[in-house]
Amino acid sequence: MSAEHHAPANATEYIQHHLLNLRANPALDPVDPSNIHLDTFWISLVLGFVFLFVFGMVARRASVDKPSKFQLFIELIIELVDTNVKEIFHGKSKLVAPLALTVFVWVVLMNAMDFLPVDLLPKIAAMFGVEYLKVVPTADINQGLAMSLSVVLLSVLLGIQAKGLVGFVVEFFTAPFHADGLLMKIILIPVNGAMQCIEYGSRGLSLALRLVGNMFAGELVFMLIALLGMGWTGANPGSILGALGQVVAGSAWAIFHILIVILQAYIFMMLTIVYCGLAVEEH
Amino acid sequence: MNINASLFLQALVFAVLVLVTWKFIWPPLMATLDERAKRISDGLTAADRAKHDLELAEKRAAEELRKAKAQASEIIAQAEKRATQIVDEAKDAARVEGDRLIAGAKSEVDQQVHHAKEELRQQVSALAVAGAEKILRKEIDAARHADLLATLKAEL
Repeated sequence: MSAEHHAPANATEYIQHHLLNLRANPALDPVDPSNIHLDTFWISLVLGFVFLFVFGMVARRASVDKPSKFQLFIELIIELVDTNVKEIFHGKSKLVAPLALTVFVWVVLMNAMDFLPVDLLPKIAAMFGVEYLKVVPTADINQGLAMSLSVVLLSVLLGIQAKGLVGFVVEFFTAPFHADGLLMKIILIPVNGAMQCIEYGSRGLSLALRLVGNMFAGELVFMLIALLGMGWTGANPGSILGALGQVVAGSAWAIFHILIVILQAYIFMMLTIVYCGLAVEEH
Repeated sequence: MNINASLFLQALVFAVLVLVTWKFIWPPLMATLDERAKRISDGLTAADRAKHDLELAEKRAAEELRKAKAQASEIIAQAEKRATQIVDEAKDAARVEGDRLIAGAKSEVDQQVHHAKEELRQQVSALAVAGAEKILRKEIDAARHADLLATLKAEL
């Protein structure tokens, strides 16, 4: 009933409707910081469990002598992650490789939600009375920031683990600008501290914004393409052209988007490893 | 693009996923890969060793074959030598035996001749005595001239 009730009147309303998450407390203001995006939570959780289930099954049945083709495919991903981690991260921590694997596969799965027809899940959800649904969790800034800030925080912890708390703090205020004399060192403390804060902050922000921006824009383009066919007013040349345009443009964008989906997940994974690697390296 | 409490919720989900992957998924999969890599390198090493062993065995077999051939030809040579030796020995023995037989026959013949001569001598002396007896019947007493006759007999 809500689907009927909230059917978009025009293109602007359609887009705006699609840009809103399903909030736990709809009564609150859409930008209220205490709210929770239920769609992001549930979809990311289900996809996370899909990742854990698939990889867990393969790990449980992993055979050394007679791997199945699917096991080999999973091993391909593992090797990709492991090779990069071994090349970039020279610390002792055994956490970075599983972290990178989780980031890569989870982000690929969440990004891949973009391939579902843009209105499919929201329409189905609407039939069950769910008013709003954003199907791509990585297009939600909360998801991106949650991962990027976790990664940056973890890189700080790895740095402390590798250099000790004192060593980490000393480095925080003596790098990137080095000085020889004690006086110069003291003078440079605020400069270095500020630089480090900016560095860590920009790492977290850029990591999140790159992913979310790409996925958000990709989703938006799918919506715009979906608008082409939405102006259907009967079998007239304009409508037919629009529908045709939707099919052609939608296919083209989906194919191009495959690249973006994999590439963004790969970049996120690589930067995760790089940040962890930088944290444990001596400056 | 509104930031809210979802940030923490998603961070929590992320942490759980990473934790489970770290504890339960990464180690067995990595162990499988490491084990396979180890088996492959072991297999290659074993193949190399087997190849080396095969070369050694082939060399040893060739050596053994060569030795056996040498031994066989040596045995054959010895056997041939022995055979000619046996034949020679047999020839020698036969010659010796023949000589012995010939010598025996000769001595037999000599004996016979001697015996015949002895007999003839007896007979001749008897004839001579008989002849002389007849001639000298009247004047010669056999008993008186016995020693003379014996001397005569010995001279014949």
